[in-house]
Amino acid sequence: MVSQILMDEAQFERVIDRLTHQLLEHHDFSNTDLVGLQPRGYWFAQIIQQRLQAILGKPIFCGGLDVTFHRDDFRRRENPISPSLTEMPFLIEGRHVIMIDDVLFTGRTIRAGLDALLAHGRPSSVQLLVLVDRRFQRELPIEPQFIGKSIDSIDYQYVKVICDETSESCRVMLFNEKPA
Amino acid sequence: MNKLSVRHLIGIRGLCENDIELIFQAAKEFKEVINRPIKKVPSLRDLTIANLFFENSTRTRLSFELAQKRLSADVVSFSAGSSSVKKGETLVDTVNNILAMKVDLVVMRHPHPGAPQFLANKVDTIIVNAGDGTHEHPTQALLDAFSLQEKLGTLVNKNIAIIGDIRHSRVAISNILCLKLLGANVRVCGPKTLIPKHIQSMGVTVSHNLDETLAWCDVANMLRIQQERQESQGVSYFPSLREYASSFGLNKARLDKLDNEIVIMHPGPINRGVEITSDVADSQHAIILDQVENGVAVRMAVLYLLASMQ
Repeated sequence: MVSQILMDEAQFERVIDRLTHQLLEHHDFSNTDLVGLQPRGYWFAQIIQQRLQAILGKPIFCGGLDVTFHRDDFRRRENPISPSLTEMPFLIEGRHVIMIDDVLFTGRTIRAGLDALLAHGRPSSVQLLVLVDRRFQRELPIEPQFIGKSIDSIDYQYVKVICDETSESCRVMLFNEKPA
Repeated sequence: MNKLSVRHLIGIRGLCENDIELIFQAAKEFKEVINRPIKKVPSLRDLTIANLFFENSTRTRLSFELAQKRLSADVVSFSAGSSSVKKGETLVDTVNNILAMKVDLVVMRHPHPGAPQFLANKVDTIIVNAGDGTHEHPTQALLDAFSLQEKLGTLVNKNIAIIGDIRHSRVAISNILCLKLLGANVRVCGPKTLIPKHIQSMGVTVSHNLDETLAWCDVANMLRIQQERQESQGVSYFPSLREYASSFGLNKARLDKLDNEIVIMHPGPINRGVEITSDVADSQHAIILDQVENGVAVRMAVLYLLASMQ
């Protein structure tokens, strides 16, 4: 299987640093929370949460949202998706929310994420941060405000974010078919 | 595997351990959903579900309806008392007529054992058994096991006693099958007249002594004395309710004699003062209301997983 590294561990470090500082340019985090989409978006959101807390020296809320029950492809898939845990131990009513996911492709997961988010209250605003933006492949009018890396890919290709939980680093690969 | 191995939920018999794990995993997520400020997800919004209750029910029917509504399904409910069944329509005709109105899934309670299986063979739709006569009540067994797992962590090698009217109880049969599948030791306890012959072949032990059983068990599941079934058969299985309560009723004095704390369950509706006294039913050892809450989550999980396979 042909594969290509889109982002290695060192680049991932730099991207995370840049995204953290970009967030700080726009938010003072007095009224802003992070919400990652399970599973990898949440993992990724927690890394950003740690960096922000180290810089600001104060706690920042970070929730994990599972969108399985809000997807629009239920009963249209061969195999049902197993749900992950939703961990939203705070209220988002009137808060600014940064929604975080690993890869933005068709935009349907983010659409489901917005729907799932609204079940937890009415946020003041929602912005989107993604590690990888597969531009030109959108099926819904959804655009991210904060982007780790934009890539041009063909729709049959597959972008996989491979996370190493212990070292908290990450690699992004592009495959020409769905990897096993 | 993230798919159930069955198309219908007729009974616990036919399910494998993986199916139960899958249902419990989804139920855990749905429990989180029903504790949110907005307790609803849109998963089943393009589905219509018919609840066909050919036998009376309050809890199960409400629980199923809530589960369906929290999954955004459209629901029609029907009870035999006020329907054409009284005019002599057959079961298959009734169901086929309802399906002709484009219903995707049927939840059915019926007084005759085997009715859901019969229907599953005859009509082309997903069937969920909400209790068929004295045969099975699978969602009750699943929610009981889910509540216990939540309380105890694992059921492997836990001693679980099912006490009371085993003879007329579909809850007992489904519970035995489900608990055995999850690795628990099961004992049934009750007067000889209310324990079916050959129940040992299901892999359970039998006792007729409540105090001895309570000393053995980690969990006591107190079943309801089903007076209506006894009255309709014109047979009496014990001399009086008072005598039953003194031999097989769970009260505080009996619990105080035990060395270990045990978990008390009851599938409802409770006959207070017969199989269980009020002080025990309302005590902190009882997880009766947790069972009811988990009932909605488990039924949401069952409907979600069955519907996702269509």
